[in-house]
Amino acid sequence: MLTTILDIVIGGLITGGIYALIAVGLSLQYGVGRVLNVSHGEFIMIGAFATYSLYVLFGISPLLSLVICGPFLFILGFLIHRTLFQRLRDTSESIDVFEGNSLLASFGVLFIIQNLALIIWKANIRGYTYLVYPVNIFGATFTTNRLIVLLFAVVISLGFYIFLTRTRLGKAIRAAAQDPTTAALSGVNIKQVLAICFGLGALMAGFAGPLISMIYQITPTMGMEYTIIAIIVVVLGGLGSITGSLIGGFILGLIGSIVTHFDPGLSLVAYYVIFILLLLVRPTGIMGK
Amino acid sequence: MDIIGGIFKRFRVPRLIILILLILLATLPLYAPGYTVILLTAILMYIILTVSWTIFSGPTRYISLASAAFFGVGVYTMAILGKALPLAAIISIGALVSFILALFIGFLTLRLRGMYFIIFTFGISELIKHSLLWWETNMTGTVGRWVVRVDHDQVYYIMLAIFVVLMLTAYFIRHSRFGLALKSIGQSEEAAAHRGINVTLVKVVAFAISALFMGAAGAIMATRWAYIDPRIAFNPLLSFMPVMMAIFGGMGQLYGPVIGAAVFTYLAEILMTRFAYYYMLIFGSVLVLAILYLPNGLIGLLQKWRKRGTAEQQAST
Repeated sequence: MLTTILDIVIGGLITGGIYALIAVGLSLQYGVGRVLNVSHGEFIMIGAFATYSLYVLFGISPLLSLVICGPFLFILGFLIHRTLFQRLRDTSESIDVFEGNSLLASFGVLFIIQNLALIIWKANIRGYTYLVYPVNIFGATFTTNRLIVLLFAVVISLGFYIFLTRTRLGKAIRAAAQDPTTAALSGVNIKQVLAICFGLGALMAGFAGPLISMIYQITPTMGMEYTIIAIIVVVLGGLGSITGSLIGGFILGLIGSIVTHFDPGLSLVAYYVIFILLLLVRPTGIMGK
Repeated sequence: MDIIGGIFKRFRVPRLIILILLILLATLPLYAPGYTVILLTAILMYIILTVSWTIFSGPTRYISLASAAFFGVGVYTMAILGKALPLAAIISIGALVSFILALFIGFLTLRLRGMYFIIFTFGISELIKHSLLWWETNMTGTVGRWVVRVDHDQVYYIMLAIFVVLMLTAYFIRHSRFGLALKSIGQSEEAAAHRGINVTLVKVVAFAISALFMGAAGAIMATRWAYIDPRIAFNPLLSFMPVMMAIFGGMGQLYGPVIGAAVFTYLAEILMTRFAYYYMLIFGSVLVLAILYLPNGLIGLLQKWRKRGTAEQQAST
């Protein structure tokens, strides 16, 4: 009994940690930049495949890839925002129009990245084994790689939270999220902050990708699934709330783990049911005002 | 130039063009090769999805991503009833089921606006897809279903008929008090309510009417595909495409979404057959460029050209 519960809870925390990471990224991009970035999952996919290739071809440790993929995707995200979304923001007549246009533009980005990945890596399902030693926790068995993923997900999430609440740049980001106009008047370089936010969202994808590749199989078309989960978590936590996304990620991971224990086929259905009920009963999410 | 312009005005050329186009479309299977008929069926399908999406989402500015749900319900109606009933009856039932589903979703989503509405409509069609997927694997044991085959020309004619009825409906809605009510909801929902418009009813009815045509198109398209499963019938692309096509074409005029869908589908078809490998890459680039440089759609571009043309004319005289 205890073993089963431990199995479900720790399993749920592992997926939950990943969900939290990817949701924080999306939350930042939408909450501050108003870009519902549906290509978020493609950034995760780039991270996962880069890690795979580096490991299989050059034997570079997936944990080292975290430090390579993160910054690389940050720069990519920063540049995409600077060239594409900032321009859209300047030309759109209102923020609502911008939301619609940026949603469509990110679909374009999704198609481009996914197709490039299909050309480079083909449509095969891939995976590798890394640190799969069994570890016994009070009778429940887990492999080392899964526990490492949980550890890194928690550390990165906490680190990011501290960055947002304790640093000057974090303060500027939160100011821009609350009121871009006033933030700009108080000397925040809003264009820079928005691009940094989008880049940070991509950075989170760049951290999630390598971790996902360590414990799950990957394909070039895997992005959409993670984007959808990120959207569900962001709504669960409250649109734009970083803390909400972190907590929401772990909650959804636990729910998924419980449902999977009874019927693996129903976990996605359960996510959607929660999602829809939540939108109907409390659309502002758990942390929303 | 002036003489031609005069003729255009006097004989109401748009109507004449529409008539000629309709006659051409109606007689097409008599002389065109089979491939053209199939291609046009696909184009008509996307035009139907896009125009019916625009009926609701165009004036009200509520972006719905539930098109796949209504289309898929039509597809499954055909797959389940295919052998039991005549074609016309199944298509009507498919349309009706979509209509009722849209009424239901419409009443559920009344409180949601903006991004919440977009995400909700997307969620509901994904929920239907995954529930059906689970049901088919666990209860019926087979994920996919075979659909009765129907002659290509017949599919084409039914699609054309749905298209014509849809265009007439869209035209009448646009020029009616109902259409005005929809438009005023898009501009300001509070103001519309204060004016005595039953905002809820108007929104839900428009949403259901748009679903009606999507369901009908899904039912007949199922026979073209022959084999279907939940992933095909409720493909999220079926929700995204109409939005892109409508924006690509421009929603200011009734013919904007038609042209957008026609150009987009044709482009997609050509890209898919000629550059299968780079199809999505080119498609994505076109999409990004279109949003960056054609904010008002193709129609906006045409209108800009026309304005420039008349300005030059006036300058020269």
